[in-house]
Amino acid sequence: MAEIRNYTMNFGPQHPAAHGVLRLVMELDGEVIRRADPHIGLLHRATEKLAENKTYVQSVPYMDRLDYVSMMVNEHAYVMAIEKLLQIEVPIRAQYIRVMFDEITRILNHLLWLGAHALDVGAMTVFLYAFREREDLMDCYEAVSGARLHAAYYRPGGVYRDLPDNMPQYQPSAIHDEKATRARNENRQGSLLDFIEDFTRRFPGYIDDYEALLTDNRIWKQRLVDIGVVSPDRAKALGFTGPMLRGSGVEWDLRKKQPYEVYDQVDFDIPVGANGDCYDRYLVRIEEMRQSNHIIKQCVEWLRKNPGPVITDNHKVAPPSRLAMKQNMEEMIHHFKLFTEGMHVPRGEAYAAVEHPKGEFGIYIVSDGANKPYRLKIRAPGFAHLAALDEMTKGHMIADLVAIIGTQDIVFGEIDR
Amino acid sequence: MTNSRLEKLAADLQRILGDRQIDISCALGELTLLVHSRDLPDIAEVLRDHQDLGFDTLIDLCGVDFSEYSTDTHAGYKREDRRFAVVYHLLSVKHNHRLRVRVFAEDNEFPMVDSVMPVWPSANWFEREAFDLFGIIFNNHPDLRRILTDYGFIGNPFRKDFPLSGHVEMRYDPDQKRVVYQPVTIEPREITPYVIREEQYGREEI
Repeated sequence: MAEIRNYTMNFGPQHPAAHGVLRLVMELDGEVIRRADPHIGLLHRATEKLAENKTYVQSVPYMDRLDYVSMMVNEHAYVMAIEKLLQIEVPIRAQYIRVMFDEITRILNHLLWLGAHALDVGAMTVFLYAFREREDLMDCYEAVSGARLHAAYYRPGGVYRDLPDNMPQYQPSAIHDEKATRARNENRQGSLLDFIEDFTRRFPGYIDDYEALLTDNRIWKQRLVDIGVVSPDRAKALGFTGPMLRGSGVEWDLRKKQPYEVYDQVDFDIPVGANGDCYDRYLVRIEEMRQSNHIIKQCVEWLRKNPGPVITDNHKVAPPSRLAMKQNMEEMIHHFKLFTEGMHVPRGEAYAAVEHPKGEFGIYIVSDGANKPYRLKIRAPGFAHLAALDEMTKGHMIADLVAIIGTQDIVFGEIDR
Repeated sequence: MTNSRLEKLAADLQRILGDRQIDISCALGELTLLVHSRDLPDIAEVLRDHQDLGFDTLIDLCGVDFSEYSTDTHAGYKREDRRFAVVYHLLSVKHNHRLRVRVFAEDNEFPMVDSVMPVWPSANWFEREAFDLFGIIFNNHPDLRRILTDYGFIGNPFRKDFPLSGHVEMRYDPDQKRVVYQPVTIEPREITPYVIREEQYGREEI
């Protein structure tokens, strides 16, 4: 009889289904996975160490580059931790803007996840659809911050500036003539809020399209149902948060349970799975997109009616207006000190967590009273999820591994930090 | 969390842990529990299993190097005596409360803390990370390997005495036709100095 032994195989770091730079060392018995050992750190940039050598505001753009598909939510946790240490109030309008952009970010993230997950499993079309909608949402990012991805829009004490009154327009080109350009610009005639409102009206129909392609699709169900099952207790023990935990049937969402900003003022529901498999997590995330859309609608409505300041008037934390700086010596000094030395954060420690599209994203800051954090720790949800990959894939086939990596919604920017 | 709930949790901890805890402090709406490293495995089990506490999830675990902290004493210890701390952030999904637990490693040269993996399996990678970045040893951890740094990396990059630019850099050597390591060629520079102001700095004198 032939000698049968397990063999070891490398998966990644250049595999297209590895979602970035995941290197997996797998021990296989035929096509069945006996052990999967993720080797991470290929994208390690020591963000936490860099932040110790930068002033508080200088580190905001680093936060975008952690989970680079949900940029503003990362910033949100960071500025919340600073605000907690400083004990400053954020204007209510800024809180609504933050909530609105958090939910836009959640849709952005879930769209990328949906497209990539479907592509991994073999459905091409959803990816193209998802990216069509991402384009609109990234235009919102661009209109408000000037950058399509790495926004650096949230600041300690509020947001950088108020929402713009007009949207950038497309220009005619060799591909799009006058008439086609006018059609493309049709929903860009009003303010940013009009554009977002138009999007929220269209978006539920788009989600129906994705669901028509996937939810009852036989192949999709064969690939996802009963794959990577995690029981509720095990999910908690493994440190799962977000859709990974809710997919297992645990009703836990920081937006409801430990509300921050104005999440207690808006109406939304928390979808929960039943079986804890990949298919339930898919359903949870799809429903989350619908709920996010609902929240955005409410924020748009509120923001239309209530103008006001969007950043704190404490000029030890936020810069004074340009005009005030030019006319007033006191403000001039504030401006100079803030941008040369940075703000000083009182001695102490704080942990602030937000409901990130992927789970609980937390920032732990230890401050010793200086203009830079003494220690910054980033709690990335994906780190805990990927740590459980070995347990989730044990006994599954290689093809299921791809589905499980997809369902974990892994982004290496946040795992490797 | 509201203040009354924090106070109740603090009172519960006091009652359940008795004299095994060193200090419970409450600041900024967060509760911090300081314990001896030798008591940690027992206390971790109590924190998870006691019905009034029920901390079923370890959200985060991280190392902190206090060697350059601006005060001479922190948490009742002299700065030179206790360099490394491990900070645990716990969450109870059942009761919806949080707790921070801090443990100082007794020895500065060979910092060692017991692993909490038997209690919270999620500690696995977090402990590997703290081991990698700070050189804190977690006793009884089944698989204590480096996790984030390169294969064959030397040193613990997040210690305060490790320079920001590191010790070695990597480049492709066309003669040897492979990637080689060499001492760093960039100078560390500080654009904004690290400044700590005295209290009440910039306030008008009253």
